[in-house]
This record gives sequence, structure tokens and C-alpha cells, in this order.
Amino acid sequence: MSESAYREMWENLDLDLEAHDGLLEVLGKFYGDIFMSQQGRLSGAEYLDFVLSEVHGLRIKEIQDAKAEGKKIIGTFCVFVPEELTLAANAVQVGLCSGADAGKEQAEQLVPRNTCALIKSFIGFKLAKLCPFTESCDMIVGETTCDGKKKAYEAFGEHVDNLYVMEVPQRKDEADRKLWKSEVLRYKDALEKLTGVEITAERLKEGIRIVNEKRRALQRLNALRAAVPTPISGRDVLLVNQISFYDDPVRFTAKINELCDEIEGRIARKEGVVSEKTPRVMLAGCPMAVPNWKLPWLVESSGAVIVGEESCIGTRNSRDLVDESGQTVEEMLDAIADRYMNIDCACFTPNDERLDNVESMAKELNADGVIQYALMFCQPYTHEAIKVEKRLSGKDIPSLAIETDYSMEDAEQLKTRVEAFLEML
Amino acid sequence: MIAGIDIGSRSMELVLMRDNTVVEQRTLPTTFDPLRQLERLLEGVKPETCVATGYGRELVREAGLPCEVHTVTEIKAHAAGMHYLQPEARTVLDIGGQDTKAISITETGKVRKFEMNDRCAAGTGKFLEYTAGVFQIPVEDFGAYALRGDNPPVINSMCTVFAETEATSLMARGARPEDIALGLHMAIARRTMNMLRRVGLTSPVAFAGGVARNPCMAELLRRDLTREQGELLVPDAPEMTGALGAALLA
Repeated sequence: MSESAYREMWENLDLDLEAHDGLLEVLGKFYGDIFMSQQGRLSGAEYLDFVLSEVHGLRIKEIQDAKAEGKKIIGTFCVFVPEELTLAANAVQVGLCSGADAGKEQAEQLVPRNTCALIKSFIGFKLAKLCPFTESCDMIVGETTCDGKKKAYEAFGEHVDNLYVMEVPQRKDEADRKLWKSEVLRYKDALEKLTGVEITAERLKEGIRIVNEKRRALQRLNALRAAVPTPISGRDVLLVNQISFYDDPVRFTAKINELCDEIEGRIARKEGVVSEKTPRVMLAGCPMAVPNWKLPWLVESSGAVIVGEESCIGTRNSRDLVDESGQTVEEMLDAIADRYMNIDCACFTPNDERLDNVESMAKELNADGVIQYALMFCQPYTHEAIKVEKRLSGKDIPSLAIETDYSMEDAEQLKTRVEAFLEML
Repeated sequence: MIAGIDIGSRSMELVLMRDNTVVEQRTLPTTFDPLRQLERLLEGVKPETCVATGYGRELVREAGLPCEVHTVTEIKAHAAGMHYLQPEARTVLDIGGQDTKAISITETGKVRKFEMNDRCAAGTGKFLEYTAGVFQIPVEDFGAYALRGDNPPVINSMCTVFAETEATSLMARGARPEDIALGLHMAIARRTMNMLRRVGLTSPVAFAGGVARNPCMAELLRRDLTREQGELLVPDAPEMTGALGAALLA
């Protein structure tokens, strides 16, 4: 499809074309520097390159075509929105733009300055008219994870007319599970009303199957990274995780399984993307939304390789599956509610299972050390950074805690820290 | 011959070593033309191996020097350099032009844990330089001047700009300038002690970097450490520690 046809599509979505051109240019340059410069990449990474190059092009065109066929588009910012239900309602679920500084000054008029970069970003993308996903949505689903987000949705809601907020409980007792189940039901009703599609047992079973298959492919990919030398770069796997939020799930699953087949061949030949002596680092903490590639790029250009992402755009999204034994809608809704209550998001208190998960993941992936990543002003994850550090040092796993945002002004200082950490391993 | 080169924001240092012995040390201001300064720093010497550290370490690699160039971070370099100078040290404090680092080290001089300030120059040499300017005193004399104070006001702000505002308003209210200068040093000492505590604060603490030459900073930190049964060590040429460590890591 030609660039001019895309422009017409972006114009119809009321994007700020000039600013959007600037954004795509920066994105393209970044991508070239950070991804295309890698040595020994897998041939399956072509899929990643193609999808990323068409993130605001072909994928948006597909979404517009789906809309023309009567499908509804659901935008999300969080792994708590059950995609199983969205698919069962014959709708499309996409993650919305939140990984770059965009419209920051405008966003700071709606939320306090000491709000994390991710929140400012999704508001900024909306106000600056830069995200074609946000503009394509029939419903945008927010959630009450952290205080920053839940208050930001109040302000955001004044600028979109289709915001729906799910209440995520903050503890994991029986009452909380009940609340969450009722929220899952309320979401089901909202979807049925929006789409006019009744979520039947048959449809829901298929939705669960598709999303489970997607998660199984990601689990397979993550397990393969335990190999020494590691067969794929952390940058490429972060990209896989990022793409999992906006590409068609069935196509994505097939492509990632192909990638895994290729990786298995590589492992059998004892080939790696780097030498086996390269320090292996696991990342843990806040999500890195497209195009937030800053820390992985700093780490991997300092002579290490990333072997795992303990993050929402990482294993927090793929670790647990929905039980597939349910036959009735009610049984399946229970299975969905249970699966999502297992998420070890830092918004829960207590959240000790996350400490166990970080520790066991670092061991399973043969990581030499853990770098904790927190967005500046993210209270839940900066609090947990202290606990995670304690747990890891008690198990003799070196760790480094970093707090940063989307700007590049601290890149040199971060590089010094990361290099000093790698020297310790 | 091995050259250890430390390119900091404020100054650059060279330590030349042969057979594990220091044969020469040099220092120059970094200025706005660090490449030219680097040429001057290396004038007349022909090391086979150069190890660069400091925030300008990549610059040395790219400078096309007629020697093999390696780089190490200033964290590792300070640990190694201080272990050589003060083998008993278990914590290294480095306060340079724009960074403060607290490094916990093992008995063999390896980095165990470290902390450093991030994007802001609060509590660094830059802070002292900036506030000394308010008193119209050269930064080299600022420590001795502050030691003349005996009734320091509590300065709360660690932001370089706000601390100046706070100092100026204290002057307007008639506080003695020596006391204000002491108060500013005490603010840095408090912040530094907090950073040291975050890496465990195992004594003895050895003080490196140009700010270790400030007698007031050394005195205040010594007092604070003594209160916690700790000890402060200051080598003769604290600003050479990074370059020395780099040379030792060749």
C-alpha cells in the first residue's frame, strides 16, 4: 500500500500529520540504530522488522478494514484486560501508544509533573493526535492499577468519549476475587452491548484457546533463552513482547512458533547470538512500551545480553494460562478471573509471590545478574525494588536498580552504572 | 609502560606505571576542548597500553592514540586505585566534578555494591564551585573558609540553584558568611553519609576525587564517621585515584 493512501487514512483519523511524520522519522532512525545494527540476527526477525515498520501503516489499515466489516476495536494499557472476552465478542484488542515522549507539555496540564513517563505518554499521544491506535478505538479500557493511572483516567476521560475503567483489586483475598469476577462480568456485558455479539460458550472457548496459544508461544520462546550461549538478543525478544500487544494474535502465534523452530535449530548447533562468555542479564520491573528500547539497548551495547523480561511487556503477561477445561460460560469466566488474579503486579499488597517469581526466573534463565527497571515516579515498582534487591542479595544474585524515564539525557550516567554492574559479574 | 587516564568533567589525570610502580602523574583541566587537552596530557610519553576511565573514556578510545586503548568504568577504577593506596579501605567515596559515588569493596579491591547520583550535580564538586562563587571565593579556598564558621544554619536544599537562593536569603538576614559556608558543607556531608549508608558503610572509608582536598568536607565526614565508630582515610593525591586504578587494571 502506498504512503499516500496511508496519509489519507491518518488524515481521516485526524492525526497531526506533520508531527506524526516527525515521530515516524525518529522511530525509523532509532529502529535502525538499535535493531538493524545487530549481528547474527535470526531470519525470523524479518517478521518483527516488517510489523514494526508497518506499525502505524498496514496494521492500522487492517484495523480500519476490520471496522468496516463491523468489528469493534478495544484499546488497552494493561495486562489485566481479558483479551479472551474481547476476541469472543468478535472484537480486536490492541495496546495503545505509551512508550515515547509525545505531547508532554500538554499532558502536564492534565496530570502532575511527577507522574510517570508512561502515563504522560498515553495522555500526550492523545492530546497531540499522534496515535492512530487510540484514534481507531471504539472503546478504551483503563484500569485501577496504580494511583497515577486511575486518577489520570479521570483527566483522560474528558478527552475521549469511549473510556471504560475496570476496577482491579489491590489484595488477593476472597472478597477481592469476588470483586474481580464481577468486573470480568461487567466487562463481558459492556463488550456484548458494544458489539451486539453474544459471548457464547463456543465463542469464549475459542477466545481462550487463541490467547492461550499466544501465551504458549511466548512461554516457549522464553524457555529457549535459558540456553548458553543465548540464541536471541533481549532487544528482539522485547520487540516480540511489544508486538504481542498489537498484532493479530493468530498470525503472531504462528510467526513466533516459526521463530522458535529456528531458535531450536540454532541451539542444537550450539550457536548463539553472542559468545557464551557474554554476561547474561535479566530485566525486572516496569513495562517497556514501543518504542522504549533505551535500557535494553544500553545494556546490550555495553557487552551483555538480556535473557529475560520480568515485566508486563514480558513474562507477567505470558506466565499464566487460562484453564481450558471449562464447558459453560460461567466455568470459563471463573477460569479467566482466576488466571488474572495470579498476576503479580506491584499494585497488590502483599505481593510476595513476585519476589519468588523474580528469583526463580533468574535461576531458570541462568542469569548472572538482574537489572531492576523502574519508571521515575512509579511508586509500586520503586517500593518493590527495595524488597527485590534484598531477596536477590540474600540469594547471592547481583542486582542493580535503575530509575529513569523516556528521555535520553541520562544515557551516559546509565551507561556508566550498567558497565560498572557488568564489571562486577 | 602503562598509562591510566581519567577524563572527568572538570579535570583529567594521567598516571604512568612501569613494573607496577608509578613513574609519573599529571593533571590538567578538561576545558571545552578535551581532545586537545588529552594531547597535552600525553605530551612526550609513549605508553604501550592506555586504560581510560571517567565520563570521557570513550573519547580516549576514539582519539586515535598510538597505544592500545581499553576502557573501564570509574567505579571499578576507583575501587582498584584505592585498594592499592589504602589496602584496608572497605568503602570508597569519590566526589568529583559532577558525580558522587559510594563503592563498597571487598578485601581484594573488587566492587561489591555501588551507588551514584544520577542526572543532578547536587552535592558534587560542581555544587561547591557554584556556591563558592556566591561568596566570591576560589573553590580551592572554600573549605578552609567554611572551617572558620562555628554557628552553621541548617541548609535544607541540595539543589544547586535552590541552595544558592537559600544562602543568599540567609546572608540578607545577617547570618555570618563563614557560618553559611559551613552549613552548605554540612548539607553535602549529610547527603554523602546517606549514600554511604546505602552501600552498607563498612569502615574504613577512603575518600577520593578532587573534593577530598577540601579540608572542611574531610573534617565533617571524619566527624560523622567517628560518631559511628568508623574511620576516614584520605590519600595524598586523592584526585589521582581513578587514573591510578585504570593503570592497575591494564
